[in-house]
Amino acid sequence: MCSYIVEKTALVGSAKGRKGWMRIDTANVYFDHPYYSTLDHVLAIDFTNEGRGGRDRVAVELSADSARALVARILAALASGEAAHGEPAQAADSAAAA
Amino acid sequence: MSHHRALQAETVKFRGHNGDHGEAYCARPIAAGKYPGIVVIHHLPGWDEWIIEVVRKLAHHGYAAISPHLYFREGSDSPDDIGARVRAAGGVADAQIMGDVAGAMAYLRAQPNATGKIGVIGFCSGGRHCYLAACTLSGIDAAVDCWGGNVIVDNPKDLNDKRPVAPIDLTVKLNCPLLGIFGNDDANPTADQVNRTEAVLKRLGKNYEFHRYNGAGHAFFNTSRDAYRPEQALDGWNKVFVFFGRHLAAAATTIAAE
Repeated sequence: MCSYIVEKTALVGSAKGRKGWMRIDTANVYFDHPYYSTLDHVLAIDFTNEGRGGRDRVAVELSADSARALVARILAALASGEAAHGEPAQAADSAAAA
Repeated sequence: MSHHRALQAETVKFRGHNGDHGEAYCARPIAAGKYPGIVVIHHLPGWDEWIIEVVRKLAHHGYAAISPHLYFREGSDSPDDIGARVRAAGGVADAQIMGDVAGAMAYLRAQPNATGKIGVIGFCSGGRHCYLAACTLSGIDAAVDCWGGNVIVDNPKDLNDKRPVAPIDLTVKLNCPLLGIFGNDDANPTADQVNRTEAVLKRLGKNYEFHRYNGAGHAFFNTSRDAYRPEQALDGWNKVFVFFGRHLAAAATTIAAE
């Protein structure tokens, strides 16, 4: 059954969609029936720019296991990146947003 | 048994809730004759290819079928992008869905080849909408709820402005025969919820029949998903066509011999 449950988070970043690169300010995250995947349920993320109307999106549909693995690798990449560059990743994000 | 390979299938304009003009996919047999109508209610992800195939399948079996694009107010982007926006906004209000279903029913009745009989079928969240329609709209002759979840709402916090009433609480108003198709491995509705829904229907003396399938979960008719269970789906579709055939006065058909 479709759940209507969506976790929404503000973010700073860019994504490449069908019209090329765009700024994104929001991610809508949900675990529900997919549109494209053959899986019964997927962890879906829609990256959008709500400030510009939110009509364009970059979308992914992931299996639950691969989504969890991705979360772990994102955190690992942030940790190793911070160590390599000698700066907190969040500070780098803030600088990019400025 | 009557199968119609020659179909007229197209996107049409219809008037939905509040008289809003929207688009719908409609398919019907080309052969001269009068045909009962069926409204197909899509699921939350949107007006996707599978639901369009369902419309053509119903037409193949001798019905004028229509699936209103329930998110048409969101513009003309691809159905998946529109569905994502609707989801992020918390879905569509039940009242609006009911208005659009009523509009699609009116569209079917207005066609020159209509018999006047109208069925409704819905899948997933559309199954819940079908249950709601059967309880709140007049003029439905038969309704098919395919694994609609949240018909029973155990947590009142799950009710909100868009979905203010649990469909089960409207069962007393059900005024047409209801067919329910469910997979016993489904998490929503669970087998227990299906049993509780049936208990209410039985207590109120409603005209219903429920069919439960072992080895099947949610959306087991959907050929584009791993959830597809061909044997159970074949039997389930036969149940649907026998039910519609009985209540919409079309020739009862089976797909097994096709």
